[in-house]
Amino acid sequence: MSDKYIARSKAVAARVLGGEMMIMSAVDSRLFSLSDVATVIWEAADGRTPLSEIVTKRVCAHFDVSADVAYRDAEQLVEDLASRGILSISAQPIPEGVAEHPAAEAP
Amino acid sequence: MSLMQELAGKALDLGVPLSAHLDVTYRCNERCEHCYLDHDDHGELTTAEIKDLLHQLADAGVFFLTLSGGEVLMRRDAFEIIEYARSLMFNVKLKTNAVMIREQEAQRLRALGVEQVQISVYSHRPEVHDAVTKLPGSLKRTLAAVRLLRAQGLRVNLANVLMRSNRDDTASVQALAKEIGAHYTLDPTVTPMMDGNTSVLRHRVDASELSSYFHDPSLVGDVESFCAPPTPVDEDVLEGLPCSAGHTSCYITPYGDVYPCVQFPLTCGNVRREKFIDIWRHSPQLNEVRAIRLKNLTTCSSCTHAGSCTRCPGLAYMEGNMRGPSSADCEKSYVRTGIVTAGMKARKSSGSAAPGLVQIAPAPSLTA
Repeated sequence: MSDKYIARSKAVAARVLGGEMMIMSAVDSRLFSLSDVATVIWEAADGRTPLSEIVTKRVCAHFDVSADVAYRDAEQLVEDLASRGILSISAQPIPEGVAEHPAAEAP
Repeated sequence: MSLMQELAGKALDLGVPLSAHLDVTYRCNERCEHCYLDHDDHGELTTAEIKDLLHQLADAGVFFLTLSGGEVLMRRDAFEIIEYARSLMFNVKLKTNAVMIREQEAQRLRALGVEQVQISVYSHRPEVHDAVTKLPGSLKRTLAAVRLLRAQGLRVNLANVLMRSNRDDTASVQALAKEIGAHYTLDPTVTPMMDGNTSVLRHRVDASELSSYFHDPSLVGDVESFCAPPTPVDEDVLEGLPCSAGHTSCYITPYGDVYPCVQFPLTCGNVRREKFIDIWRHSPQLNEVRAIRLKNLTTCSSCTHAGSCTRCPGLAYMEGNMRGPSSADCEKSYVRTGIVTAGMKARKSSGSAAPGLVQIAPAPSLTA
């Protein structure tokens, strides 16, 4: 199984409000609310830590879920976040400041 | 309910300042004829003070940060401030005249993930725009910057203040915005200067002229709905809040004074003397503003427009009473619907044609 590396987009704003992570894309001003698990993964998305390690150390350590199930769910989640432009995914570690700007769109 | 509405409601329930507007300087390279600011530097917050303030704002829960001025880029550390704000994950909106934005600056704003750049454009004609700004060549430079920002994919909003001098050009500026791929907003309200000087109000268009703008679907959308007579006011409406100022939003001057809003110059504290969160939570002035419900408004609570009026408490404050009517908004409600407001009736019966404005003074210890 090849691992994935994930990095937060630099084109987003984020703030925790009442325990809930809110994220807004600067590209299209869409607002997202992340679940607890999604928040843990998003916060750990530094481009250097493999997704499998994030799942093991951050998700499984805090939530009652097996590693296999958690990894499958995490893969689906990061694909979803990436499709919305708030996360980048790569098979290689993502250097800081690289590939974190989704394409801009017209107003 | 949209997620944004949920977010605003949650912030209100939690007492969180979701939005903050920080003017980093009042200095400006333009001298717009209608501007409400004194452009001298009376002791701006330093870079370190602004960074500390940004930390405090982030800790307080501020998500939407507007950086403005004066001209924000007059500060040599403007990009350092923007970069720092973005590192704290604020959603950053910049208000600028853009004349100092070239290719490099446009690229940097894009790289920093600024969400929107609002740029003042008064006319499509240089002779009109430059006469407003009193900076020769300003329209050419501003529009060049707008195109550079758009080429970077940045969201740009052309803000057009409606005045006597540019009233014939709004449609052309709107068309220009469309051609460039920018949003367009028309602001019909010229506000008094922060020191209470009302001379700039002479630039306002007459109420009779506002009507054509309020009946233009390209500006207001559904005209029938926008200009519909007010619906009867019920208890829920009367228990409502006048606006978000001081509830989920605030304004901070370049000298650290905290106001409920940029149009509401009621000094609630200063971040050089107190922590922002202490001002936000405990300022008697902010708590007074927060205590006001529509039912508490001296004249407006009995007005038929109470549920639909855009009454600005800041403008009312500058007219002498934060619980009173704002004559500019009475005018707008009347022009929209043709129905006289309670504020207009009160002024007529008191024989007062023009509202007197209170004198707003900066905090004494902060003046040079």
